[in-house]
Amino acid sequence: MLFSGGGVLAALFIPMLLFLFGLAFPLGLLPAPSHQHLLVVLSHPLTRAVLFLLCTTALFHGAHRFRYTLYDGLQIKHLNELISLLCYGGAIVGTVVAGYLFWRAG
Amino acid sequence: MKDKPVYSEFHPRWYRPRMSTYWWVKRWSHLAFILRELSSLFIVWFVVYLLLMVRAVFGTNRYQEFFEWSAKPVILVVNFVSLAFVLFHAITWFNLAPKAMVVRLGGKRVPGSWIGASNYLAWAVVSALIAVLLLGA
Repeated sequence: MLFSGGGVLAALFIPMLLFLFGLAFPLGLLPAPSHQHLLVVLSHPLTRAVLFLLCTTALFHGAHRFRYTLYDGLQIKHLNELISLLCYGGAIVGTVVAGYLFWRAG
Repeated sequence: MKDKPVYSEFHPRWYRPRMSTYWWVKRWSHLAFILRELSSLFIVWFVVYLLLMVRAVFGTNRYQEFFEWSAKPVILVVNFVSLAFVLFHAITWFNLAPKAMVVRLGGKRVPGSWIGASNYLAWAVVSALIAVLLLGA
């Protein structure tokens, strides 16, 4: 459930967010929001909750998928424990960092 | 039959062909599958990027730095490639939705095209919301 939820949220939110913040704003294709505006939007509890949920589920979705890609793709079953540790461990670390950042915001 | 029969531990080894590590390059459909799964890496990159940005917005003096950093050619290229992979993920994901979800309404199965369409609609609505929220300043 966590996996598929992450996939859905990632598919719904990330394209637009990445396009705007990764390409459109830095390149000046579209007017970037002012610092003040971003501050207001990001401080809102709903924004923080949604973004935190997005980060957590997307991280676990990615970790799970990447682990199986290594497993199926490179056929390195003997490294299974290490890979699981790195993938899910990374996702947990990311979740903690995201939680901290979104808790302190606003 | 005077003694108990002695059983040896011999059994034939199961035949298992060795899978090459590069099994996935031999066919386009396999390669496409691996690329699709690798899109997960770029999703993780986006989360990192987002968290860096949130940190920059709430830090003093970091916001401008972040924007200048995000405009560097290397970062732009990474984000461009990431966007391509994330779009690949989104489109393949939404196209799979009708096959994965079976919805019944009043006893009859909802046609797959409706489920696919509603997913794309949700995607359009969410994207529009984000754009309005960020561009409406």
